[in-house]
Amino acid sequence: MISSGLQIYEAYARFGDKGGPMFVSPFDGTQFPHWSRLGGWLAAGLNWHFALMWPLVTVGLLYLFYLIGSGEWKALLFRPRDVRPAIEMAKYYLRLRKDHPPQGKHNPLQKLAYSGIVVTGVLAVLTGVSIYKPLQFSWLTALFGGFQAARYWHFWIVWIFIGFTITHVFLVFFVDPASLRAMITGWYRGRFPSHD
Amino acid sequence: MIDAQRPRGTDRRGFLRIAAAGGAAGLVAACGWDGGNSVRPSLLSLSRVNDWVGENILFSPTRLAKTYSPAERSRMLPSYFISDVMPALQNPSAWRFKVDGLVRTPLSLSLDDLTAMPRVTYTVKHHCVEGWSAIATWHGTPVSAIVARCQPQPAARYIMLRSFDSDYSNGWDLASALHPQTILAYGMNDNPLPPAHGAPLRLYSPTKLGYKMTKYLLSMTFMDTRPGGYWEDQGYPWFAGI
Repeated sequence: MISSGLQIYEAYARFGDKGGPMFVSPFDGTQFPHWSRLGGWLAAGLNWHFALMWPLVTVGLLYLFYLIGSGEWKALLFRPRDVRPAIEMAKYYLRLRKDHPPQGKHNPLQKLAYSGIVVTGVLAVLTGVSIYKPLQFSWLTALFGGFQAARYWHFWIVWIFIGFTITHVFLVFFVDPASLRAMITGWYRGRFPSHD
Repeated sequence: MIDAQRPRGTDRRGFLRIAAAGGAAGLVAACGWDGGNSVRPSLLSLSRVNDWVGENILFSPTRLAKTYSPAERSRMLPSYFISDVMPALQNPSAWRFKVDGLVRTPLSLSLDDLTAMPRVTYTVKHHCVEGWSAIATWHGTPVSAIVARCQPQPAARYIMLRSFDSDYSNGWDLASALHPQTILAYGMNDNPLPPAHGAPLRLYSPTKLGYKMTKYLLSMTFMDTRPGGYWEDQGYPWFAGI
């Protein structure tokens, strides 16, 4: 999805109406390297992107239904009552506090990350819809600030995803490598306190 | 099950190997791959599914595109043609716009005939498949006014538009063509349509991407089968409704 998106980006590598002011973007005019782009040219990039949107949305909805149906959402959802413990947790990581604050399955910062990435995923799809059909979903396009602004947000969400994924997988290797298999297969065979 | 007997270190190395192989394969696959002969047909079939969804579920025949004031026009609108030089008529006064195919009354219209028909003017945002957009004003007669005069037969479902820009052509579904903002445009920004933008006549509609709006028009043919198109035949989405 990201790779075909970079292919589509190549065709107009900036944000703003022609002849008008442009949004500030460090990637203005950037051509991403050939190996990073799926499709090779715009038409194939679009066809990949619009084909892959089906599994993306399907898997995303299955995940959300599973979270709701199984009750797992309770362990992941960041709620207002998590704000104060999240600050304590941040203090611990910043070594401003010596003892690890008490937590459930996930600590409040993990909850913030896992709730945030779901919101980001939903926004990725909605901004995508708003630039795919800006007339039929004109209310959605307007909500994101117009066609070019929606393109802008759709593009930036990708970097949030990339940043999350790199951090996420790095922490897995750093803290508990055995859970990498659990992430892929669903079965955990390592030994880690919070998973017992 | 076997894995459980092994020391964990081996597992981790095994995973790293798989991850590296998977990552490398992903990069090789990503390298400009349009799917190849094995996957490309599936991608095009899925594109047709997306066309169907766009045409039958998402398209509204009555929802109007937002209009802008002339003061909001973009300072420039890129112009495209596929010919090596800007297409131009040898003898503009001899030009006639032909309406034929599955119609009761075929038409042959001069520019004067067209300007005498019902006139629509609007200022809308143009969306290009490349991702750029720009605002301009268009003047023309609705395709629905042509349809009222030529009276398509019940079997007519599609329209093929031909141009004198090399072999550029497009196919349209009748519903999108009958949208009140789909027009045969002979004017742009209060002036006659400039040669760079398809003079003397082009299709315009804020319901589709720019490449569907055939310029340098010669004819429109009503058909019962889905016509191809210059870019569509090369893999771009056929419906291209926005």
